[in-house]
Parts: sequence; structure tokens; C-alpha cells
Amino acid sequence: MRLLEYQGKELFDEYGIRIPSSHVAHTLHEAREGGRKLGYPLVLKSQLTVGGRGKAGAIVKCKSEVELVSKFNELLHKEVKGELPRGILLEEMADIKRELYLSLFLNRSKRCYSLISSAEGGVEIESARNKVVVDIPIDGLSAHTAEETAFKLSLNGKTVVSFVDFTTKLSRLVSEKEAELAEINPVAILGDGSLMALDAKVIIDDNSLFRHPELKKYEHVSELEKQAEVSGFSLVELDGNIAIIGNGAGLVMSTLDMVSDAGGRAAAFLDFGGRATTETIYDALKVISKINRVEAILVNLFGGIVRTNLVAQAILDAYKNNLVTVPVFARISGAEAEKARAMLIGSKAKLYNTVEEAIQAAVTAVKK
Amino acid sequence: MERTYNIFEILVGSKGDRDFGKKPVVIQGITGSYGSTHTRLMKAYGTNIAAGVTPGKGGQDFEGTPVYDTMAEAVKASGAQISAMFVPAPFFLKAALEALDSGIKLLVAIPEHVPIRDSIKVLEHARKKGARMVGPNTPGVIVPEVMKVGIMPAQPFKAGSTVVFSRSGTLMYEVSYNLTNRGYGQKLCLGIGGDPINGTNLIEGLDLIRDRSDIDSVVVVGEIGGDAEEQLAEYIIQTSFSKPVIAYIAGRAAPKEKRMGHAGAIVYGDYGSAESKAANYAKAGVPVAKRPAEVPELLAKKLGR
Repeated sequence: MRLLEYQGKELFDEYGIRIPSSHVAHTLHEAREGGRKLGYPLVLKSQLTVGGRGKAGAIVKCKSEVELVSKFNELLHKEVKGELPRGILLEEMADIKRELYLSLFLNRSKRCYSLISSAEGGVEIESARNKVVVDIPIDGLSAHTAEETAFKLSLNGKTVVSFVDFTTKLSRLVSEKEAELAEINPVAILGDGSLMALDAKVIIDDNSLFRHPELKKYEHVSELEKQAEVSGFSLVELDGNIAIIGNGAGLVMSTLDMVSDAGGRAAAFLDFGGRATTETIYDALKVISKINRVEAILVNLFGGIVRTNLVAQAILDAYKNNLVTVPVFARISGAEAEKARAMLIGSKAKLYNTVEEAIQAAVTAVKK
Repeated sequence: MERTYNIFEILVGSKGDRDFGKKPVVIQGITGSYGSTHTRLMKAYGTNIAAGVTPGKGGQDFEGTPVYDTMAEAVKASGAQISAMFVPAPFFLKAALEALDSGIKLLVAIPEHVPIRDSIKVLEHARKKGARMVGPNTPGVIVPEVMKVGIMPAQPFKAGSTVVFSRSGTLMYEVSYNLTNRGYGQKLCLGIGGDPINGTNLIEGLDLIRDRSDIDSVVVVGEIGGDAEEQLAEYIIQTSFSKPVIAYIAGRAAPKEKRMGHAGAIVYGDYGSAESKAANYAKAGVPVAKRPAEVPELLAKKLGR
């Protein structure tokens, strides 16, 4: 779960990590109120889950209430990479002396957490020089390691103390809230040597949410995603017209690749998992039926444990109940495939021997 | 983890062992619907399911297999070193630590949705105990035509001399099926798992089979997310791995910053992208198949048969 900047900053605040005075606004009325509270000049920041806000012009300075009115409305309706903001964050302008980069993340190849810091903040970390990377035990970052890191970054005086305090608090947040990533870019070193988080990119481990009811309020899923989740499916909506359904994330991804290679465009990725029954397939078709742009459904099932005749029955039921009207192109390998094939004769669904043939037929059908 | 861990010794033993191919296995969560279904299928395949554990159901028996309340009792009674875990993700941590403390040396962690911190804790404990975890979020391990510990169907697999490591369950079946149909049987198929943290990663997988003369090739079924394939490619170069390796990578056409079904299948920027993986494989001389059906073709070219 990727938190919005202001949500991440709420967590920072809870852990005593300093953040600028701020106000979240969803309406112009709320924005004016924020402006009065914070005073001018201030910064308006579009609340998005996609990166590259600065470059896209979704972070703007604002000198007065007059400017606020036009800039706020513009930002609120400005799409970045296809995403509209979920609110605008108004923030005081900090007295920045210099900037640092800081991130605490799950290091997949080392199978531990790592802290990356750099004395160059505000730029993309890939291009930053003199990065300091330290691995952190599961219990969290020690004050000793934090201090050593501060020295490696050539910090001095009061800033070293601030850095130790700041990073150990961040580490505690990452452990307790089970974050995969907490990135602050930039961290500001203020005139008085203290540190302040100017940005927040926090990703929480979805699989840990069952023991974090306090984070439930940050969940943001579409109606469709919610429905998919309740059924235990993984759904990713895409912008094409062929919906892809299958049993297993890897298999559906592989099908998506082959559809794209064949010149087709996927409307959705739906993995209904290993335990396929008539009900799960039917529910999967139900979810897909809510996506209007779908012109064909491609089913790729590698059976064995899955009984393919159950899949065929679900497809027939979906047609009978008018849940599905578009053609279904299916490749179902596994037990009872012959029976399944016979069952589908006379319907708008067709069974193919290989996934390549099913894809070819689906791509050809939507191009007509 | 030590490079000397011998997964074959643990799974099947040596020829001449009294219990060769019949090493005892404990099922954690044997009476649940998932655990019981697969216990039957594993037994049917020839796996020696010697005991099961379900807290509160000790003393019962599941179709001839004794059920215990604790792993300590189950391990003591069966002498098992292998456990297949069918417990729901929220109970995984406790069950896994209990298994390791009872002397289990190979933990096959089937459940999906295990929190990352729990996986790391189990992994650290396994290291201390000289044990190995496979998974979580894995279909398990199969030694075709001998035994299987996991949820994979039987039909795609056939005994032979290649090895399949896979980050995806169904793709492991799909690719193995394609190999089987072309006459390339498997000595071992191991599900790495679809999570960001894997108990046995690709590099460790390679070390499991490096020195085995009965294995002539390796197939690695990867996907987008993380840098396991990149690390593997570098390791192949560094350690001059000599057996032919063929790769497949799922997710070339997936959008960035979207989790594609598996917790671990997500691309951030270039990190975890299929292009990055393919580029690194190219440096290591590992051909990458465009689709699962192309894997045996590429293997045939490499092996010259």
C-alpha cells in the first residue's frame, strides 16, 4: 500500500519526525482556510501515488490568496501519468540550509533492511554520488550505526545529533508499521541544524495489514478492486480491450506478454489463484463484466488440480445469465479437457489447444 | 547459508538408504481443507507423509497418518526433517519457528500473503539452525517420479536430468510440461516463491545442484520485480557455472509500479524490469525464451540434442 505524502507525514509526525506545518485540502474552501492558517508564501503539492510530480508541474509555490485560487483549481484537475490527485497539501516554506537523501527499504537480494543516505538531496537517488548504504538488523537501526552514517555524510555539530534522532525514529516507524519503504527526498537541514522531512514516500507491506487496523483508513481501492479482493483475486486494470484471466500470477503475466507480442492490448490482468472452482471462475467473469472496454476475454488455465470442465460450466453459466456477451477464447490444459471442449460447442466460447492459438484468435477478433 | 546444504540428501537420501525416496514428511495444518487435499495427493505420488500437526487435534488420525498437537511431538515420533506448511499466513511465523526448533531441516512454506518481516525472522532463525526454507508463496519441491512436497500437480513432471527453478507456481508447471513433452525430464523442480523475500533464492538454488553429475542443465523461470535474475547472472559469471542455463522472464508487458499478482512482481523505475534482467542474462550467455513453449527449443540448442 503506497501512502500519499500527507499520510506518510502523519506517520512521521506520530513518531516525532519533524515535518513542515501543513494542511490538506480537497476543496477551495479548505485551501483558503489552510492559507490563512499557514500564511504566505506556501507550497501546493498534488497528492499522488505516482512519482515525478516536480517535473510534471504538480508542486507549485504560491505567494498570495489570489494566486491560491487559480493555482489550487488548476492542480486539483491536473492529471499526472493518468492519475488525478487525491487532495492538495499546503505547506509552509522551510528555511532550508541544505538537503539530504534518506531511505530505509527492504533490500530484497540481501533479505534485510537497508538505509541509503546521501549528502545530495532532491535529486533522484540513482544519479546521486557518494551514497552511504548500511544494512540494518530486523530489530532496527542502532544509534551507533546512525552516528557512523552521519560522519560518513560529513555532517557535524548539532546536525549529527539530529540525524541520529531522525533516522532511529524512522527505523522504529518502519519496523512497527511494517513498511517496505520509507523514502524522504529531500530531508532538509534547517538553519538551526535540525532535520525536517520535506517529502514522504511510504509503502506498507500489504500482507501485514491484518495486524495494522490503524492503517486501514489509508486504504484506497476502487469498487472493482474491492470486489476482486473479497473473492481472493489479483486484479490490475489496463487500458486495452482484451481481458486476461488465468490461474497464477506468472501465467497471467506471461499471457499478457504474448498478447502484447501479437499486437493486442490487455484490458485487465486477473489472477484467480490456484484453487479454481465453478464459483471462482464465475466470480472472475463477474468482475470482468464490470469493465466496459472489454471486447474479448482470454482465459489461460494450466490445470492439473483445476478441473477444466468446471471452468467450462462457469463460462456457460455466465453466458446464460447474460453476465458475459463478448466472445471467450480459452486455453485450458488439465484434467477433463476433452469434456470441457465438447461442453462449449455451440456457445460464444471456444477452446484452443495452445495459448498461442487462443491469443491469435482473440487479437484477430477485436481487430475486426 | 552454507554451500554444502544437500537438498537431495534431505529429500530422498542416498541410494542404498533403507528409506531411500521415502524420507518422512510432516504436514503442518494437516486437517485443514487445503492441507488435507494435498496430503492425499502427496501420498498418492509416493511421498511418505509420516505425521501431521494441528493444534488441538493431537491423538486423532488423518487417513492413517497420526496427528499431533505440536511439532516437537510429530518430529520425535516420525524422525522427519521435512515439513510442508499449510497454515494460514497470520500463523506462519509461530508455526515455522516451532518447526525449526523441533529439528526440521527443510521447511516448505506454501502459504501466500506472509508478512515480509515474518519471512525475514524465519529465515534468520533457519540460518542459525542450519536449516533451509523454500518459499513462502511456493508450490513446493518435486523430485519427479519419486516424491513431492507441495501443491504441484503430478502430470507436468517426468524424471530426467534438468532442473527447474521458478518464481511462479503455474509457470513452473507450464514450463516443466513443455520440457517433458520434448523429452527433457527433471531431476528437481523447486518453487522459489512469488514473494519479495525467498527462503531459497536463485543463487542458492544454483549452489544446490552445482556439483551434481546427474544434472545437465538448468531452467530458471523468473518474473519482473527485484533483482534476483540480475544477481544470478552475475553469480553465473563470477563462479564460472558450467551447466547450460536457459531463462524465461514473465511480465515484459506489465505496467510499472503495479503489483502483478505476486507480492514480489513489481517494477520501480528500471529496478526489477524485464529489460534489466534480460540484459544481465545476455552478459552471462543465458538465452531468454520469449514464451514458455520456446524454453525446450533453446535448451535443445544449448545441449545440442
